Amino acid sequence: MLRAVGVDSPDALFAHLPPEVRLNRPLDIPPGKSEYEIVDYFRARGEECAPPGSHGYASFLGAGVYYHYRPVLVDTVVSRSEFLTSYTPYQAEISQGTLTTIFEFQTMICQLTGMDVANASMYDGSTAVPEAAMMALRLTGRDRVLVSRAVHPEYREVLATYAQHQGMPVSEVDYNRDSGGLDTSDLEKQIDDQTAAVIIQSPNFFGVVEDVRRAAAIAHRHGALLIFVFTEAVSLGLLEPPRDADIVAGDLQSFAISPSYGGPFAGIVATKEKFMRQMPGRIVGETKDTRGNRAFCLTLAAREQHIRREKATSNICTNQALIALMATVFMTVYGKQGLRELAAQNLSKAHYLAAKLPLRFTGPFFNEFVVSTNSSAPGDINEALLQNKIIGGLPLQRYYPELEYSMLLCATEMSRREHMDLVAEGFR
Amino acid sequence: MIKKVRPHVNQNEALLFERSSPGKRGYQLPPLDVPEVDPAAALGAENTRSEIADFPEVSEVEAIRHFTRLSTHNYAIDLGLYPLGSCTMKYNPRINEQVARTEGLAWAHPYQPEALSQGIMQVMATLEQMLAEITGMDAVTLQPAAGAHGEFTGILMVRALLQSQGNARRKLLIPDSAHGTNPATAAMAGYAVENIKSNALGMVDVDELARSVDADVAALMLTNPNTLGVFEVQITRIAEILHAKGAQLYMDGANMNALVGVARPGDFGADVMHLNLHKTFSTPHGGGGPGSGPVAVKRHLVPFLPKPRIARVNDSWSWDYNLPQSIGRVRAFYGNVGMHVRALAYIMAHGGDGLRNATLDAVLNSNYLRVLLEPYYDLPHQAPTLHECVFSDARQAGRGVRTGDIAKRLIDYGFHPYTVSFPLIVPGAMMIEPTETESKAELDLFVDALISIAKEIEETPDLVLTAPHDTRTSRVDEVTAARKPILRWKPGPK
Repeated sequence: MLRAVGVDSPDALFAHLPPEVRLNRPLDIPPGKSEYEIVDYFRARGEECAPPGSHGYASFLGAGVYYHYRPVLVDTVVSRSEFLTSYTPYQAEISQGTLTTIFEFQTMICQLTGMDVANASMYDGSTAVPEAAMMALRLTGRDRVLVSRAVHPEYREVLATYAQHQGMPVSEVDYNRDSGGLDTSDLEKQIDDQTAAVIIQSPNFFGVVEDVRRAAAIAHRHGALLIFVFTEAVSLGLLEPPRDADIVAGDLQSFAISPSYGGPFAGIVATKEKFMRQMPGRIVGETKDTRGNRAFCLTLAAREQHIRREKATSNICTNQALIALMATVFMTVYGKQGLRELAAQNLSKAHYLAAKLPLRFTGPFFNEFVVSTNSSAPGDINEALLQNKIIGGLPLQRYYPELEYSMLLCATEMSRREHMDLVAEGFR
Repeated sequence: MIKKVRPHVNQNEALLFERSSPGKRGYQLPPLDVPEVDPAAALGAENTRSEIADFPEVSEVEAIRHFTRLSTHNYAIDLGLYPLGSCTMKYNPRINEQVARTEGLAWAHPYQPEALSQGIMQVMATLEQMLAEITGMDAVTLQPAAGAHGEFTGILMVRALLQSQGNARRKLLIPDSAHGTNPATAAMAGYAVENIKSNALGMVDVDELARSVDADVAALMLTNPNTLGVFEVQITRIAEILHAKGAQLYMDGANMNALVGVARPGDFGADVMHLNLHKTFSTPHGGGGPGSGPVAVKRHLVPFLPKPRIARVNDSWSWDYNLPQSIGRVRAFYGNVGMHVRALAYIMAHGGDGLRNATLDAVLNSNYLRVLLEPYYDLPHQAPTLHECVFSDARQAGRGVRTGDIAKRLIDYGFHPYTVSFPLIVPGAMMIEPTETESKAELDLFVDALISIAKEIEETPDLVLTAPHDTRTSRVDEVTAARKPILRWKPGPK
């Protein structure tokens, strides 16, 4: 090969780089390691962590990342080389596998959310929210965004980062101190004819199921769009789909995606048919090949950065296809009956635990709820629970100073009764 | 000997919804160990749905057959050369997949106590350190989820720096050879875009740049080597021009596979750059993601990094939220951590020398293809190239055959096509990046295929214009897909 290229060493291929540009020492990175050493290194790092399962820890953390069982089929399918080691399906003729699964994914997201169209995935829920907000700005020609304080605090931080340089003022709408749901009178007070979108989450960050219809009615009366956010996708197995929303933005981590210390997950944006040309991200559509057979391909590319450059609907290029495939397999394995049954188990477990604890809010909840710790610091209760190898709830003070003596707890189908009883004891 | 593909048998596969029958299931939940709660009573009847209409109902065997059959309708790196230029389709080591599934790492919750998260934080801190060494920069954030997200993060930091000096400025300079994400990012960060023309060698025209940089320019977004595979040899001069006027040099690190171990952006003037772990550092492309787009910066940009940052406090790792000048969060939690694990495994397996060797092999492979293909295809820019090269269809266009047709014909020879019609500065572009993964034998097969296609275009152009011929799916009608969008399955009349 060197002879064909006409050089005597590969280094010569860099001879045209100015000397001051070249690195004249070896990288300060230890020599290559064997497979065994690498497995060993990561096993040791894993042992320095303590998620449920290892070391017998049980966890009641949720808050946007949930412990649900991952059916074996999920990793079996995503480990197929043809899914794992292919790229964005630009060449439809040899990418029908990926394209078909994305089309099925889009369909299932629509079935779950009651929307007409869904995209092929976003990075995660937190980045899907600002993308949905920017979409609302384009659709309404307005610029102001109202977001409920009961939307995940880190999602709101991401929204603020995205909004700051786009002429998109964001204001927060309070939550009702009794129910834990959206304070609709505060929404009525703040909404105006420059409001492009109202953003709510349900179940919200406190686990409370919101009255979507009411929020939508208020938004629509003022000509604004309602953006519905979800972080706990399993809830859609039982909860009425947010049909009254205009845009849905959410995260699918609950659908067989490992918590993995916060990512990778998969977000989605779904909407009504009339809004589809303003959706961000990749979209797959059905068509035919020259022989008349059904085929799928990437479509509506006229929205995207590689065609529109600075006028694109988003700068997104890479999405989360493999993670979306995990969710697709999960939805297939559980199916129509299973997702409902799974959601019902989550509901039953959470209500069993909640019944033993002092709840902070009165609103209906799915598998998460806020507990008052009375006069004990939540951190002290968590410390005590850790003695029993139980990771307790999320103290809320960091995000909500007024909720100093509160923590957010979550129970899923993986929570065992004996552990829940231990949690209840920890509050006595 | 040219080896074309021979079709092999695989069954057609209907959509899940068409395969479903009522009552079929592929799951089994354990019995409830707590009393059952009535959903309507707990949630309110108005909040409870009756069913998920038309959701799939299949058995476990039907599910696995479905996805396995569909998988065989895909091409993949594990099946052969995948020379998409600028995408760096290299081998994805399976060790990465295994270690990412290590229980303590894969099941770590982002809000579990720091004391019980030291292992995963150690992985992230080590990766940050190694990426800083590889890029020659001072600090790294792993928070951005993909390359374009990294661009956005980096440009927001530039904006915050300039703002702290009193003026965020108005525009970004972007060469006409840049990825489409660059101008799209600029718009999202509130900057106007000014295009910079390339010179005849495909490099930034330094004189034009010098004329364009004024007090309104916040930064130049530069891919180096650029999308032609050409290293900007005047890079230090470019950086000087920008810095003299108080502007920053943003480097798009999409093509870092050409430089690892050989040259470091931090040594040649870059102030901020992103990396694509799914390109240079071998994390799988997965049919379009997940990616991961760490951003590396020089010291003067450190205060503006997204929060939280990982920090060493009293001999253990901790998350630092007290960063008053930070641009804020660009993503919930800490980034695509599963991808960080994989990238670190890749770096550990290679070591410093191995990383450099991978770069040399990637560049040698690309130059080998360039030399062997040049007699048959037009190479519009003659400058030396590194990890990729860009031909054009100029010679074939006379016969009515364009780059997209040649790409489709390559499929009949058993290869994924190159990147079609990009970069935009080359009409009819054929952008080829083989990576270090490929052996000479695989490269020779690819060269033979392209030479054979060049001959077919002379003799039987129709054969190429109607390709592919040997695939399950023949050429797909993308125009109708966009004109009459069908974006989901719907039940037919019952």
